Amino acid sequence: MSDNQSVRKWSRIFVANNIWVPIIAIVLGLICGAIVMWIGGFNAMEAYQALFDKVFGSKYDIGETIRTITPLLFTGLSVGFAFRAGLFNIGADGQLIMGMTGATIVGVKIDFLPWIVHAPLTVICGMLIGGLWGALAGYLKSSRGVNEVISCIMLNWIALYLSNYLIRTVVLKPGTQRSETIQESASMSIGWLSTFMDNARMDWGIVIGLICTSLFYIILWRTKQGYELRAVGFNPEAARFSGINVPKNMLKSMMIAGMFAGLGGVFEVLGVFHYQVISAASAGYGFDGIAVALLGGNHPVGILLSSILFGVLTYGSAGMNFSASVPTEIVRIVIGCIIFFVASHGLIQMLYKPFMAKREAKRKEAA
Amino acid sequence: MDWLNDIANLTNSTFVFTTALIFGAMGGLFSERSGVFNIGLEGMMTGGAFGAAIATYYAENAGYGWVSPWIGILAGIACGVLFSLLLAYTTVTLKANQAIVGVVINILAVAITLYLVKVIFDGAGDTDTLKEVLKKWPVPLLSDIPFLGQALFNTYPTTYIAYLLIPISAYLLYKTPFGLRLRSVGEHPGAADTVGINVIKYRYIGVIISGVLAGIGGAAIALTTTSNFSHTTVSGQGFIALAAMIFGRWNPWGVLGATFFFGMAQALRNFVKLYEWSKDIPMEFLYMLPYLLTLLVLAGAVGKGVKGPAAAGEAYDPSKR
Repeated sequence: MSDNQSVRKWSRIFVANNIWVPIIAIVLGLICGAIVMWIGGFNAMEAYQALFDKVFGSKYDIGETIRTITPLLFTGLSVGFAFRAGLFNIGADGQLIMGMTGATIVGVKIDFLPWIVHAPLTVICGMLIGGLWGALAGYLKSSRGVNEVISCIMLNWIALYLSNYLIRTVVLKPGTQRSETIQESASMSIGWLSTFMDNARMDWGIVIGLICTSLFYIILWRTKQGYELRAVGFNPEAARFSGINVPKNMLKSMMIAGMFAGLGGVFEVLGVFHYQVISAASAGYGFDGIAVALLGGNHPVGILLSSILFGVLTYGSAGMNFSASVPTEIVRIVIGCIIFFVASHGLIQMLYKPFMAKREAKRKEAA
Repeated sequence: MDWLNDIANLTNSTFVFTTALIFGAMGGLFSERSGVFNIGLEGMMTGGAFGAAIATYYAENAGYGWVSPWIGILAGIACGVLFSLLLAYTTVTLKANQAIVGVVINILAVAITLYLVKVIFDGAGDTDTLKEVLKKWPVPLLSDIPFLGQALFNTYPTTYIAYLLIPISAYLLYKTPFGLRLRSVGEHPGAADTVGINVIKYRYIGVIISGVLAGIGGAAIALTTTSNFSHTTVSGQGFIALAAMIFGRWNPWGVLGATFFFGMAQALRNFVKLYEWSKDIPMEFLYMLPYLLTLLVLAGAVGKGVKGPAAAGEAYDPSKR
């Protein structure tokens, strides 16, 4: 393939119709947020200003923003990958929790290995457990015909309670509601970078995340396996007729999706907190991942960009709360509105179709 | 005779916990029977709980007395319907993905309600405790039966309504033309359209009933068990209701059994907390039970032909008839 062609292919996601939907959705989402703030009696411009000041205020804040982006990128990749194979992975949340738990247990319990062995081992264990959890939903779908949306919702809650049980019985720090701190040899934090960034919690997660983003592209568009996955996503019937094993591909796609989400959880433990808490509800990264994947059009570049956007919004909301005293929930409202507008893109097309039609008519006149 | 009292109390609190689940699950049932997946139950119930708590708060301050919780329930219904209209418009009219809009409703409902609570109560994460909540209504005579009366006939009005809802819904769905049409729209919208049933209208009706019931369900939690609204008020009950609907195989009588079972699991874990030995029981498995059972039923029963409404999950497109 010539350079010219590949450039055109990369830029295709930024042209014509499909780029307008996410952009308009973001603008409408921010406007909705502004309206809600106005109803609550806050100054929306001041609040958005505070959001950006918070994010780009200092080296520490930039570092922490990157930390916030990391899990969103992973869960976004997870949801996006399954979408490409025609499956709606609403279970990234549970897969992430299982990844966290796997990493915590291996990170705490094994204490005789050097970093070079222990850290990668812990990462891989967490990733595989996340993948297993995803594969469970994939198995139920492919061999039992269970709708993956339903099974994923159930698996999310099962993962939450199973994880709480495992932490409580296996690695509990006595007298607290959290696990023991992981061994130094399992840590994925980058000490010198944290020092450089004024003690922001920097870790290898974002690096692995970027590698996974390129893997996402390579697997789906540069391998035979990826071709099969996408064929199943486009039209399972047609894929079956052309000799592709559809159930097996569904299983594989859910497993890989689970691995991505599991990695997100792994770095939350190994890179950021170094322990896991017993919680009554999940942090909701998996649901944010749905937002990231949808806004990013299930394309690796789009997913990266939208995870950055949502990471900035999420981290910046603390600044809005601090200096403009707007409740942080406002950012959840904005994110919700953005996915709402992307999901019901019929609404947006109604808005911009007339403009497009006019432009088209003018072009025809000129010709 | 102490243990008999315990069992009576346990049964009584089972019924209380079941109330919201019945409303939620029946809400989901009406929506899915008409062919619209309703993952947004949790959000609609959150909306209902919020509306009920806020309206009751203002009504009791305005001096409406015992009427206030009933005004609260109406407000809860209104909030539930608002979210259901969002679901209906986007999925039925705009043909958006039903699962995604459901997720959006869950995110938005939790965020908006908590935001408004913080705005109204100056940054506090929960509403003030409500003084005028629903009181238990002992049924005359029947509640005087020893033990049985305490177990069955001394509970909240919403609980009685919930149990009346089951036979009414069963009748509506299986014995009336309306029910037949609603179910046909969920099974085979193309065929229903051919015989002159307005698919769009019936799906709107199904989803709006869903919003009404989920709204009452949320209101019932806020006005009976918690007496206020915070982010933990609903906390997953919408998903348990969803599980109960599936476990009950999309059938009102099945829902009755499933919600009773799941409600008992909830009552049981609150009940054993009172005892010292409960520390040794892995409570997590009791929490997990509804989801695990539902998953097992789904995985094992599909072969026996137990499935949800055939057309649930897809928007109706007349051109593909």
